Amino acid sequence: MSDAIVERDRALFGPLSETGRGFYLTVGVLGLAILWGAIAYAVQWSEGLGVTGLHQPVSWGFYVTNFVFFIGISHAGTLISAILRLSKAEWRRPITRMAEVITVMVLFIGAGQILVDLGRPDRMMNVIQYGRYQSPLLWDATSISAYLTASTFYLYLPLIPDIAILRDHLGKRRWLYAVLALGWRGTERQWKILNRAIAIMAVLVIPIAVSVHTVVSFVFSMTIQPMWHSTIFGPYFVAGAIFSGIAAIIVAMGIIRRIYRLQSYLKPIHFRYLGQLLLVMTLLWFYLTFAEYLTGYYGNEPEEMKVFWSKFTGPFWPFFWAMVVANFVIPMVLLVRLRHHAVGKTVVASAFVVVGMWLERFIIVVPTLSNPRLPFPEGQYWPTWIEWGELAASFGVFILFYVLFVKLFPIISIWEIQEGRDVGLKEVEERLLTYLPDGAADAAMPEREKVLT
Amino acid sequence: MALWGMVIDLDRCTGCQACVMACKAENNVPAVGPKEAARGRIISWMHVLREESEERTRFLPRPCLQCDDPPCTKVCPVYATYRNPEGIVAQIHARCIGCRFCMAACPYNAKYFNWLRYQKEGPGQNPDVSVRPKGVVEKCTFCHHRLQKARERARAEGRDLVAGDYVTACAEACPTRAITFGDLLDEGSEVARLARSPRAFRLGEELGTRPKVFYLAEMEGHRRV
Ligand code: SF4
Ligand code: SF4
Repeated sequence: MSDAIVERDRALFGPLSETGRGFYLTVGVLGLAILWGAIAYAVQWSEGLGVTGLHQPVSWGFYVTNFVFFIGISHAGTLISAILRLSKAEWRRPITRMAEVITVMVLFIGAGQILVDLGRPDRMMNVIQYGRYQSPLLWDATSISAYLTASTFYLYLPLIPDIAILRDHLGKRRWLYAVLALGWRGTERQWKILNRAIAIMAVLVIPIAVSVHTVVSFVFSMTIQPMWHSTIFGPYFVAGAIFSGIAAIIVAMGIIRRIYRLQSYLKPIHFRYLGQLLLVMTLLWFYLTFAEYLTGYYGNEPEEMKVFWSKFTGPFWPFFWAMVVANFVIPMVLLVRLRHHAVGKTVVASAFVVVGMWLERFIIVVPTLSNPRLPFPEGQYWPTWIEWGELAASFGVFILFYVLFVKLFPIISIWEIQEGRDVGLKEVEERLLTYLPDGAADAAMPEREKVLT
Repeated sequence: MALWGMVIDLDRCTGCQACVMACKAENNVPAVGPKEAARGRIISWMHVLREESEERTRFLPRPCLQCDDPPCTKVCPVYATYRNPEGIVAQIHARCIGCRFCMAACPYNAKYFNWLRYQKEGPGQNPDVSVRPKGVVEKCTFCHHRLQKARERARAEGRDLVAGDYVTACAEACPTRAITFGDLLDEGSEVARLARSPRAFRLGEELGTRPKVFYLAEMEGHRRV
């Protein structure tokens, strides 16, 4: 493998052709986390949900929190990548693939949380046999499966030319790539169809993605429970999902860049742009949170206030204030100035946002249930090793899938990078010229280096 | 068609828990044991809430309020809980997938979950009520099996169901006769008369759930629960 295509993007082929000690070590550690989760689930299956920390009245806990959290993270990929593609942001090229992979992997894990949460997983099929469409859970099932299907296609389509490159140039796993490349030859007709299909999918996934987290929020807001029954929940959840999603992409980018030495592809500028996007989402998140809590506080409805104070000063204060610090204070401090150390700052801020958004989901699910309207004795929910195991295994499965994907497919789209060099540069210049008033075009010609997009 | 309902007179209730015990025996409600109880897993279809203040302790027995517009049935993904034509909110234990959505949606915490397998079928149980497996939700059904039995008996005797044929176990057991049960649509019935009393109120009236369990407020001018 020493032809021009490989030479030019040698770093992108690295993870595919060589496997180091680190890989096996990672897989081993992840395997342990997954084993923990598997044992925990086996115990839960045979004993019942009683092995968790759930009780009356906190009948939803970690699993539902994780469900909302992971489905939220899934908004990273497909949605962001679609928006960047449609807005013709040239800097998207090294990012879209790794973002889309997050979506597909994490959707499986998010949907899996609901199955883990069921008291009777053996009766799962009842949802199909006796499904009742008035229940928000069915809306979730529909929306999530649509999103999963669309995202998988959206990941796969731009992967086809890359798989063909691997088939022709890598010299490993030829049969696998030959099958998956679907006979891609790169003819003009094929390109036309592919670009068309990608464009259609990009438009299609956006409304589906928005619907997903909207209906996830409906699980809560359709009830009449204090601090759940809120009209803002749809947009609040979607914004939170995109927020945590961008953070997840940045963390993934930071790690991949380090491990696979892709510094020349994932440059500080990429982190800076995404960091700015994250900053915008931080502000949006804060705005929505503020609106949500102020309305509750001002209305001063006793049932709402019980939940409100349990978050602000009551038993949940550490979680609530940690969330505020992780989701707002730290990102604000780190992201306002990204001229220097953009990579480090955005990655650290993003890591905090991921944790903060998990706390946000927890702080939405549990305090409402902990504060019943009637004077019941209050119970404190605390997860057992079973729930921690499922959490560890969820992350384990996610990272393992991701690592395996990186082993088998290029995590940065090879052809899109090449297209950026060969076609993108010129296209951007032409596009810029069309933005300018007539006559400016000729004058601007020499300023070639200034092309930024 | 009847609309079954209940009136609980808070002036009469002494908090003796006879209704709770009668309900447990009647409906095979499992005793979960001290360890599970300490973890907050007690199952008590009829639950007597206490509110202690300096002058006195007040009680409020709370069965499932059999909401006429129940928020719990709306959210069930599999029709495992539904309002039947006579207004009783039923549970189908054999179908429930244990998602606990209905528990999260009930504003009165009237639903209970079988976190573990709490009991097997055995002697001393009421044969008319099925024993619940692990992983499903259960709650007060207004002793629905008693209605079925009463109806069969009436049919066998060739007559219509009359007031008093069907009462719940809690109403029967209450030593102070604080609980009155019957058909709310039967104008002449005791329960319909009491439900119209100026003392009558319902829990969480503002939620629009329209419970069919009414309470008669205490008369000493205390704040309602
Ligand atoms: S009290 Fe709760 S369980 Fe009973 S009908 Fe109303 S909402 Fe459903
Ligand atoms: S726990 Fe059972 S009855 Fe309740 S909503 Fe889920 S399936 Fe329906």
